[in-house]
Amino acid sequence: MKIIFFAKIRELIGKEEENITLPENVVTINDMVSFLKEYNKIYYNVFENYDFFIACDEELVDMDYKISNTKEIAIFPPVTGG
Amino acid sequence: MIDIRIQSSDFNFEKEIKKFQKNKIDGAVVCFLGSVRDLNSEEELKKLEIEYYPKMAKKVLNETVKKAFDKWKLSQCLIIHRFGKLNVNEPIVLIITQTKHRKDAFRANEYIIDFLKINAPFWKKEHTNKDSYWVEQNKKDLDISI
Repeated sequence: MKIIFFAKIRELIGKEEENITLPENVVTINDMVSFLKEYNKIYYNVFENYDFFIACDEELVDMDYKISNTKEIAIFPPVTGG
Repeated sequence: MIDIRIQSSDFNFEKEIKKFQKNKIDGAVVCFLGSVRDLNSEEELKKLEIEYYPKMAKKVLNETVKKAFDKWKLSQCLIIHRFGKLNVNEPIVLIITQTKHRKDAFRANEYIIDFLKINAPFWKKEHTNKDSYWVEQNKKDLDISI
C-alpha cells in the first residue's frame, strides 16, 4: 500500500511516502493506524500526539473506512489554506 | 463556467475581475482576495510557505464550486490558490463569484472560502529569521453557519 504524507506529518515521519505491505487482518483505517503504531515509534508518536486526517484516493475517510480497494492513502494534519 | 487554478505564480486580480464584466446578463460580481499577513508580534515573517496535495486539492475545490453552483445559480466562478514561498502582502487566494443578484454572489463566495479553509488540503508554514512554524488550524473556521 502506498502511503503519502504532507506538511507537519511528513516532517515528523521524515519521508514523503512509504510503501508498506499491510497484513490481511488490516481491514479498516483504524486497523491500519493500530498496525503502524506498532510498526515503529515514529508512527506511534504521530498518531498518539498529533491531530491527523486520512484520505483514501483523495477522499477524506473515517476510521472505520474499509481500505481494501484503495490505491493511495494520504495522512496529513488539519488543513490551513485560504 | 468554472475556472480553478492552483499555481505558484502571482496573479492580477483586476484583470481577472474585468473578464467577469463581459457577461451582459449577470451583473453581480463578488471578489474575495486573501493575502499573506504578518500576525506574529515577536518575530518578523520572512516567507509564508504553502504546501498542498495536488490531486485532492483540485478535486475538493471542484466539488465545493459545484455545490455553490447548485445552491446559488452561479453563472461563473474563478478560484486561484497559490503554493510555494510567498512574501508578506502577496496574494494567496482569489475567489470570484458571479450571479444575477448580489446576495447570491456574496453567499456563494463566503461558502466557497469557508469550505476551502476547512476541507481543501493546503498547509501554511511561516518562516522567520529564527525558526519555522506550521500554522495551526483556526478553530473559528470550523464554525460554518451557511
